[in-house]
Amino acid sequence: MKDFSDIKSQVKNMLEEVKDGVGLSDFWQKYLGKTGVISGLMKEMKTVPPEEKPTFGKAVNEVRVWAQELYDEKQAQIKQHELQKRYEREAVDVTMPALKRAPANLHPISLITEQMISVFAGMGFEVLEYPEIEDDDHNFTRLNVLKDHPSRDMQDTFWLTDDLLLRTHTSPGQIRTMDAEKPPIKVLVPGKVFRSDSDATHSPMFMQMEGLVVDKGINLCDLQGMLDRFVQQMFGSGTKTRLRPSYFPFTEPSVEVDVSCFECGGKGCSLCKGTGWIEVLGGGVVNKKVLENCNIDPEIYSGLAFGIGVERIAMLKYGIPNMGMFFANDLDFLAQFK
Amino acid sequence: MKILFSWLKDYVDIDCSPAELVDKLFGAGFEVEETIYLGQDIEKVVVGEVTSIEKYEGTHLYICHVDCGELGNDNLILTGADNVFKGAKVPAAVVGAKLPNGIEISPRKMADMVSYGMLCSGEELGVSEDWIKGAGVHGILILPDNAKVGEDIKTTIALDDYLFDVSITANRPDCQSVLGIAREVAAFLGKPLKEPDYSFTRTDVTKPEISVAVDALDLCPRYLGDYIYDVKHFESPIWMKRRLSVCGFSAIDAIVDVTNYVLLEIGQPMHAYDLDTLDGKSILVRRANDGETIVTLDEKERKLTRDNLLICDKVKGVGLAGIMGGLNSEIELKTSEILLEAAKFRRDNVRKTSRSLGLHTDAAARFEKGVDEYGVERGMARALNLVETLGIAKIGNSCFDVNAGEDKGGAKFDVTVEKINSVLGIDVPKADIVRILSSLQFGVEENGDMLSISVPRWRTDVENYQDIAEEIIREYGYEHVTPRFLDSAKVTNGGKSFLQNKETSAKEYLCLMGYYEVRTLAMYSERELDMIMLPADAPERTAVKLLNPITDNLSIMRTVMSPCMINVIADNIKNGHTSARFFELANVYLPKSLPLTEPPIERKTLCIGAYGADEDFFKLKETIEGFALENGLDFRFERGECSYLHPGICADVFCNGQKIGQLGKLRYEIINSLEIAEGKKSELNVFLAELDYSAIEGLYKREIKFAPDNGKAKVKRDISLICDKKTLCVEIEDVIKKTSALAANVRLIDSFESEKLGLGKKSLTFTITYAGAEDISDIIADKETETVANALKEKLGAIRRV
Repeated sequence: MKDFSDIKSQVKNMLEEVKDGVGLSDFWQKYLGKTGVISGLMKEMKTVPPEEKPTFGKAVNEVRVWAQELYDEKQAQIKQHELQKRYEREAVDVTMPALKRAPANLHPISLITEQMISVFAGMGFEVLEYPEIEDDDHNFTRLNVLKDHPSRDMQDTFWLTDDLLLRTHTSPGQIRTMDAEKPPIKVLVPGKVFRSDSDATHSPMFMQMEGLVVDKGINLCDLQGMLDRFVQQMFGSGTKTRLRPSYFPFTEPSVEVDVSCFECGGKGCSLCKGTGWIEVLGGGVVNKKVLENCNIDPEIYSGLAFGIGVERIAMLKYGIPNMGMFFANDLDFLAQFK
Repeated sequence: MKILFSWLKDYVDIDCSPAELVDKLFGAGFEVEETIYLGQDIEKVVVGEVTSIEKYEGTHLYICHVDCGELGNDNLILTGADNVFKGAKVPAAVVGAKLPNGIEISPRKMADMVSYGMLCSGEELGVSEDWIKGAGVHGILILPDNAKVGEDIKTTIALDDYLFDVSITANRPDCQSVLGIAREVAAFLGKPLKEPDYSFTRTDVTKPEISVAVDALDLCPRYLGDYIYDVKHFESPIWMKRRLSVCGFSAIDAIVDVTNYVLLEIGQPMHAYDLDTLDGKSILVRRANDGETIVTLDEKERKLTRDNLLICDKVKGVGLAGIMGGLNSEIELKTSEILLEAAKFRRDNVRKTSRSLGLHTDAAARFEKGVDEYGVERGMARALNLVETLGIAKIGNSCFDVNAGEDKGGAKFDVTVEKINSVLGIDVPKADIVRILSSLQFGVEENGDMLSISVPRWRTDVENYQDIAEEIIREYGYEHVTPRFLDSAKVTNGGKSFLQNKETSAKEYLCLMGYYEVRTLAMYSERELDMIMLPADAPERTAVKLLNPITDNLSIMRTVMSPCMINVIADNIKNGHTSARFFELANVYLPKSLPLTEPPIERKTLCIGAYGADEDFFKLKETIEGFALENGLDFRFERGECSYLHPGICADVFCNGQKIGQLGKLRYEIINSLEIAEGKKSELNVFLAELDYSAIEGLYKREIKFAPDNGKAKVKRDISLICDKKTLCVEIEDVIKKTSALAANVRLIDSFESEKLGLGKKSLTFTITYAGAEDISDIIADKETETVANALKEKLGAIRRV
């Protein structure tokens, strides 16, 4: 009985020599292919006596299976090896820079505006936008800034006709909102406003954000409580507000709202000019005359209103020294607000 | 407004320091913008007595021995002044002393001697003749004989004092005076207010010829005129001159000084007319005639209109009401009879006149903010008191009071404690409310919880419970407000709208594509329209004009955004940035007609700009195509024309058949006109897009619906064409889509030009995706492509390459 040990050792030896796919394929043809050595063994079957045929057949098959297994193993090894070589070949210098054009960013005024909107939106404020060109009625008269009142001088107005003007504040949004909606009202009116003024802290165009709440039982405590939340989200959780008397024709009482200096925590520094406080916005309890001008009964409803200068907040938060920088649009400036 | 600390003390016993007073004023709503210590920078300067003086031979100097009390009884001081004498009391600055101009005194060699100090002139101490007599002489300030040797000079010459610059809000015209502020100080310090002396005595002398009439009671609701005679002319007492001078008035003559003093003290502007100069001895307050002129005290001729209020005599104007007197009725040394005026003029009329004439005076400043009729009466009484007590003149018995009977001061109303507290949100006890109101001189009658309030006549700003609430919290203290978070308000639905969110994401998309957001002013000038070569008849030339621009550069509202973007790019080039991408989303203002009869249309416009060596048209177009794709919009680009864009590199953008803007390359003429270095111009590529964002807002899809694939087979075919160079890609796309209903998608995948193709030819290759209600077979696809090829040949002369 042949034990095919010579063939086996041949197979073993040849397979050991195989280094790549080509050698493997040669091996296949030589031993496992149709014309290969192992297939050739089957041809010897006819020379085997009939009683030995089953044993012979089985033995040849065992050799085939054995060789096939060795082949499979080798094939897997070679594949792995080839992948390995491909990985090495494909390796790149991952430290080389990739970005050809950096993403840009929004203007700092937009960033602050978005941030403020998101704070107030969370409190239930609806965001409304109104025209930048207004009439005397909405910008002044119905806000209780009467024709002969010196408070008209508080805001130097750009006039287009004797009635039309560039809005000097976002407060006309109060009137437009109350004309269209009835309480409960909670709106935020961001927008550009214009005043004939221009220096380091003034620009003829700037951004304001008006807030208005009208409901039952709204009072001065609500104003401070709400603004406390706002300044804490804008300037940090420890920030406090301080109210002090002021004057706006459309609120009574009117207040200036200062925040505790977020730079020094109230101890006094150059930012707060040693006072520990920074003026950030104005507001107050909505003047009953304004409610009456919008057909809202002040005996039932009361309101609060505030106006925030967005540039001022941006200057404070980002440490921007000059209003003019916002409108100079220099790339070095713009690219810093990431 | 300037308030002198020592002057305030005339009316209130102030027992706190100037710094504490500033804090308390701030808390009550009066911000002190600046506190000036009058003796600032003066140290170790005392009253010295010259005990001996001798000429220093061979020099212009005198050798003085000066007794400075505690600072030394025998200081050797040299001086060059000729007016010093033995026994003179003089300001002596000893070694170590400081003077206002920054001088520090140290031993100083003069000729062959050393001087251990300096004798000072008034000027060196920063005071004038109005402050102390002798300050104006050329030489050393000779102090009065009773000056105390060794006393700090600041005490001796009243420099140990503070001047507050107080800012007064527009609702408090009653506080535009020392007395007005004193009222507030008395209230918050809880001290009584000591009113000035308003008493005076009239003689029996009358002047029947005088008449006073007001023709325009709407502009002058109150006019008081008082006759004084036997007028003497002399210098005002030094205390009055000091107060006037520290507040910016020069002393002129006692009677004129009194009018200015009353303006500062009571807040009531006054005027004195020389009765001799008044024709017909009459005063008529009337509107000026158009074209009428008056020469005011500053010797300038003013041309007037019907809008100006004029004080006239029988024939001429003698004063510009509330602003400045006329030169023709000025008080002179010979003046012996005077008509004193105290009036209330309408504030907006004074403001208008003052602005239109560019004439801003202290009187006008008061009238513009508003005077009250109580002040008119008090002002006149105080002036007459001073006229009498200073011995300036006798007060006759001819006095006039013309009024419209409209005294609006002193409202009366009832209000409950609860109502007041409802505004504040805290419980201020009734007793505190009553105390505060009383301290502010409000009349309060208690009737249970109801308070009947009489507002003082000077508080024209207080009309209702809200005003009372402000008075209360101002005095009670804002620190009592207890923050609460909208406890009683209903929950509301907040946040941004669909379009507001879209706008944010549009901006963020552009940022991701590398475009920085910029902000430019909404105004520019005609020059910007010229810069972009807009034809004279272009609709963008119809722009809204500002009636009162601050500069010509900002005189119209923009109708097109690109000039702003071009300016931003030019500025950045100047700043050395060789390439950049920018965008701005803002309004343009389009009037329906001019002159403006209704507000112009405000259209949100998206302007995109890019420049630099690696920019090209298709990079900008990629951004815009990407924008459309991100928003599910279908933009179509056609060859366009635009005054400021390259004629061959300019596309119009359409969406749903509507033109929404254009993009292209900036014309070289415009680049050449920019104020940038000439060398940078030839290489410069600038690309601009301007899109009507308001129109795009109307096209945004509000809802997204999922469309399942119909599962039918789709087939792609490429078709390569040789066509004329001028044939547009979009024309071929249009023909393909029109010819084959199954051509669901057509996309250019390759284009090139080559000599082999023939002169003026180019090759374009498109991929057409066929899809339909049924499976598309290869046979159908080939047939469709054949049809398409034939149509392209026929309509555009494009030949299929095989």
